[in-house]
Amino acid sequence: MTTTNEDILGAVQRWKSSGKPVALATVTLTWGSSPRPVGSQLAIDGEGNMIGSVSGGCIEGAVVKEALDAIRDGKPRLLDFGVTDEQAWDVGLACGGKVQVFVERVG
Amino acid sequence: MKLETLQAVQTAKAARKPVAIVKRIADGAEALVFPDTASGDLAGDAVVVAAGRAGLASARSETVETASGKLFVHVFVPAPRLIVVGAVHIAQALVPMAAMMDFDVTVVDPRRAFASDSRFPGVTVLTDWPDDAVERLKPDASTAVVTLTHDPKLDDPALIGTLSSEAYYVGSLGSRRTHEKRKARLLEAGITEAQFARIHGPVGLHIGAKSPAEIAISILGQIVQVRAALAEAKMPREKAA
Repeated sequence: MTTTNEDILGAVQRWKSSGKPVALATVTLTWGSSPRPVGSQLAIDGEGNMIGSVSGGCIEGAVVKEALDAIRDGKPRLLDFGVTDEQAWDVGLACGGKVQVFVERVG
Repeated sequence: MKLETLQAVQTAKAARKPVAIVKRIADGAEALVFPDTASGDLAGDAVVVAAGRAGLASARSETVETASGKLFVHVFVPAPRLIVVGAVHIAQALVPMAAMMDFDVTVVDPRRAFASDSRFPGVTVLTDWPDDAVERLKPDASTAVVTLTHDPKLDDPALIGTLSSEAYYVGSLGSRRTHEKRKARLLEAGITEAQFARIHGPVGLHIGAKSPAEIAISILGQIVQVRAALAEAKMPREKAA
């Protein structure tokens, strides 16, 4: 199931129709106890505003930074986060899970 | 992701049609795969389309390694439905909670004083008789049905209609005694013991729920439990290390 509590794609549509650049981050792979299932999404506009989630809040900061880069250069990227990832530890990904997130520019 | 891909997904979701986006991780190229058609840059790649179809069949999003590279299959299946018969006080708690859980909620109550849109903002409210409504809504394998009226005139026709459908969850509010009487009536009406056994009654998990909100939580908790057990049975997953 890939249902989400918020209509994230709807938010992307609204941002795009108001002329904002948008990136979309999607959880593509999880190992162990990750907080959000595969298919969970986070949309980010050019100013770093976000809707949705790809974790319990642990890695969103790092994902937003990559999303802004993707908006600038148009290149998709695949990000790995896990217990051994320092960035994740810094912000407290203590659940012991690992997660892979695909980040791409929309449009 | 292309904007037209996103728009096509939104259109499919609104029409309750399943769709998968298959994306090549290496470069972000994608195809939009429906059960019978495909479009997009990778739509000519049979491996990509097959991956999308497999995702639609399992209703599960996942990353797969294929001859066409690493692909992410993102499956969008129609939102699960919840049909609530009885626009009563408990429904006023149950309906918004179910909407938060992403259920596509329909409230059925032919009594117009109860079934006003102002009591259930943003939710489909039908004033059909419950048997007509169930007939029209055709509960499928992703539909849960809960009756809340306590009134046999309203609950029974809804239950009879639902028990011959594929609905994965059927719940009916009422005490153990009410449920026994209901059993006698429904068997009289031609429902079999096995069909009747599908009804969760008294409805909900036993958490000592008293208030409408607590009862709503117990019902939704039970629906989550039943749905998870079915998903587990259908797709056994490796236990997380």
